[in-house]
Amino acid sequence: MSTTTSTDAILGWDETLAAYEPVMGLEVHVELGTATKMFCGCPTTFGADPNTQVCPVCLGLPGALPVVNEKGVESAIRIGLALNCEIAPWCRFARKNYFYPDMPKNFQTSQYDEPIAFGGHLDVELEDGTVYRVEIERAHMEEDTGKSLHVGGATGRIHGATHSLVDYNRAGIPLIEIVTKPMFGAGERAPEIARAYVATLRDLLRALDVSDVKMEQGSMRCDVNVSLRPKGTEKLGTRTETKNVNSLRSVERAVRYEMQRHAAVLASGGSIVQETRHWHEDTGLTTAGRIKSDAEDYRYFPEPDLVPVAPTEEAVEALRASLPEPPAQRRKRLQAAYGFSDLEMRDAINAGLLDLIEETVAAGASASAARKWWSGEIARRANGEGVDVPTYAAQLAVTPAQVAELEGLVTSGRLNDAMARQVWEGVLAGEGSPTQVADARGLQLVRDSGALEAAVDAVIAANPDVAQKIREGKVQAVGALIGQVMREMRGQGDAAAAREVIMARLGS
Amino acid sequence: MTSELVKLTAAAMADALTAREVSARELTQAHLDRTAAVDGAVHSYLHVDAEGALAAADVVDAARAQGRDLHRLAGVPIAVKDVMATAGLPTTCGSRILEGWVPPYDATLVSRIKAAGMPILGKTNMDEFAMGSSTEHSAYGPSHNPWDLERIPGGSGGGSSSVIASFQAPLAIGTDTGGSIRQPAAVTGTCGTKPTYGGVSRYGLVALASSLDQAGPCARTVLDTALLHEVIAGHDPLDSTSIDAPVPACVTAAQRADVRGMRIGIVRELTGEGFQAGVQQRFDEAVAHLVDAGAEVVEVSCASFTYALAAYYLILPSEASSNLAKFDAMRYGLRVWPEGLEDASAEQVMAATRDAGFGDEVKRRIILGTYALSSGYYDAYYGSAQKARRLIADDFAKAFQSADVLVSPTAPTTAFQLGDKLDDPMAMYLNDIATIPANLAGVPGMSLPSGLAPEDGLPTGFQILAPAMADERLYAVGSALEARLTAAWGGQLLDRAPALPTSEVAR
Repeated sequence: MSTTTSTDAILGWDETLAAYEPVMGLEVHVELGTATKMFCGCPTTFGADPNTQVCPVCLGLPGALPVVNEKGVESAIRIGLALNCEIAPWCRFARKNYFYPDMPKNFQTSQYDEPIAFGGHLDVELEDGTVYRVEIERAHMEEDTGKSLHVGGATGRIHGATHSLVDYNRAGIPLIEIVTKPMFGAGERAPEIARAYVATLRDLLRALDVSDVKMEQGSMRCDVNVSLRPKGTEKLGTRTETKNVNSLRSVERAVRYEMQRHAAVLASGGSIVQETRHWHEDTGLTTAGRIKSDAEDYRYFPEPDLVPVAPTEEAVEALRASLPEPPAQRRKRLQAAYGFSDLEMRDAINAGLLDLIEETVAAGASASAARKWWSGEIARRANGEGVDVPTYAAQLAVTPAQVAELEGLVTSGRLNDAMARQVWEGVLAGEGSPTQVADARGLQLVRDSGALEAAVDAVIAANPDVAQKIREGKVQAVGALIGQVMREMRGQGDAAAAREVIMARLGS
Repeated sequence: MTSELVKLTAAAMADALTAREVSARELTQAHLDRTAAVDGAVHSYLHVDAEGALAAADVVDAARAQGRDLHRLAGVPIAVKDVMATAGLPTTCGSRILEGWVPPYDATLVSRIKAAGMPILGKTNMDEFAMGSSTEHSAYGPSHNPWDLERIPGGSGGGSSSVIASFQAPLAIGTDTGGSIRQPAAVTGTCGTKPTYGGVSRYGLVALASSLDQAGPCARTVLDTALLHEVIAGHDPLDSTSIDAPVPACVTAAQRADVRGMRIGIVRELTGEGFQAGVQQRFDEAVAHLVDAGAEVVEVSCASFTYALAAYYLILPSEASSNLAKFDAMRYGLRVWPEGLEDASAEQVMAATRDAGFGDEVKRRIILGTYALSSGYYDAYYGSAQKARRLIADDFAKAFQSADVLVSPTAPTTAFQLGDKLDDPMAMYLNDIATIPANLAGVPGMSLPSGLAPEDGLPTGFQILAPAMADERLYAVGSALEARLTAAWGGQLLDRAPALPTSEVAR
């Protein structure tokens, strides 16, 4: 069976909403950006050759024992605090027992009934400014499994494969699983809310600097639970869990699709099978995975090889004090302070410029100039290199302080825009700070009126026809003379001053 | 010369090495020769590493010749139970499923042994994954008791007990989950200590039941046991459950052997009914010796100990069912292709391998543990067992308020005949009735010889239990008792063991 076709019927969106109310739950797995794995000292770098970042512990070799990564616990607590959760003063890891070839110990070290963080919420702002509060059930720590590559089949899935290759580099990478409470009352906005929740969560985790939250690389993965119930009824419907929905757009589409698929089944008198569903990015469809019953038995029990995690109140409070400002709040504050339009703000955020602009302003530039530099000249060069601005800035060691210094040279009147671009080239070429480059290249608007007047006189003398036109009132012809004056002065003249002198000479 | 050398205590061997009366190579070779002569009959070893042991001995001899500072036990050879990971040496845990597996790393205690310059002679036999009290559950055949080759050497560490009782090694490493160091010591007339849980690193100890397992020293005298205890003990950052505290002063306590004013608690629930008459008799005599040495006797009751065996046989299988899940043919060890299947799935290979690779006792406990952890049964079994475990710990705490140490016979009987209890798991489990409570509470325990039972002439064991991290008390009491008993016997108990048939071992 091909995985990209589906015979599932779907009901129209309006009909779905007319008859049913959706209830959603989202489970998000986040790979922490710790330097080492959750229970051993192996590095966590993405993209290394298979099975090169492994040791007796993460390979589950006989006799090896886990030791908790303190940084991982710290990140978990910070995430919990940022999600307004309570932090457990004492909690344990548990073993989740099941057999799978990419799981070295055939149990996953996770948390079960004692999560590190529980009972929080995250406020999600939708496009139109409506705020929806998502209740957080829990955030708990666990380890990732290895990765299986199924070879010989048509689809890359285990079905039809002749053999499988397993890469254990990922085994033991710290994960935080963030689980929402069932989300009620979302109605037609359910897909939008799901997307906004994941986007808001991603921004929050990025601000916390606990993960690189790259959905396309799998460092943030989302499972979408959806059920429908007839409007006006209380009893929850049977849910499905669509696994590994790995982009914001897909989150939205998957919720919408599953709602319509459920509706079609229910409307035709059928019943929903409690199962996992595979999401297909290309077709926007889900297909059936494994049947999932509530009675699935992982034989959880407290991990005897680890001691309980018991953060002190002081430690938790210290972490709370170090939390960054929530991204949504920060954006509001900065937009107001900078006077950016909604469009300018959104562009700056989408291009990842907000931090750079903020630092440039802190270094002395005006907000509009900072935005202009980062989204103009620098963005143009970054595009030329095919990278985003933050990456470009990091690669070339371009700092907000340099941008502010350059802008300072413009506002103080030493450089004009064209000269500033020349200076910037010098900075990028490693010739030094903007001031050093301007000095070394001798770039300086000429303020000496004698030199300017001499240049104007020379140009007027060389262009009697043009001068005559200006005398006769054709003021627009002055541009041609200004251009020549600037050339005469090797670009270091001040165009505005040149205009004044020309007009004074030609008396109109 | 050779036969006299191997009969020395480890302390005496260390002295002879320091005095350069013997080289580490000579001492190691003497033990290898002894093994060649007797292990065909005893079968203590699963693997002998003559080459590695001699090379390690040569390193010590060279260092000594250069006048370098050496550990007191440098050059004294040792045998290691096959449940400890040893880099470059096979580690089977007595199971087919690990046949051919050579660990790429050393257990922490193996590293410490190597750092001390102690040549590792080989890996000793054991019940498969340490499940058993006789070594009869070893996939590679049982070890034999040097006192009577038709009898069991105890288990699971029967390889380590018999290897020192037959003078193939002066010291050995054992592991004790419910008595696997102490019961083998008791039935072979040797000594062994289960340290405080967390006192010796478990890193590299292939887990049976993580919350109960504890590696420890086996030797022929209390002092030798203390010397080895201090080599392997101490905090290990690789084991989260390892205790970060100074190592108890075991050697000093063994040397002082002072019990004056100590309160010796006799646990009512661990004496009397169910204990063989000769075992009880030797126990009573030993207590009298301690009183004579200046100790005071008190009787304590630990009512919850009645539930120890039941709790143990829920907790152990539960943890074991999970710990043993990793043996799935995917990464190491045995791989069995399911018969008649060309396109077997990973799951089918796992099932076929586990079916062929595990013995009956292991399967029994995996099934038991899987059941006990199942949803719907968890509270009734695993949960209740944990409650019983807490009560047992509470009873210990209470008992240690009125006594400095607790004592009992180590095992209810002397060594039984090979095959006697193989078909009756419950009878086999009852062997550990007196040793299990210490594992459940995490407290340290020692067994040392108390004599020979009059009715069968076989060794009996005396158990001493102390509060957590007060391991030194075991050595103070054990050493005082040993001094009185050996004085009464006119020598070591093992001097009275029959001579073993000697032959060349076909290897």
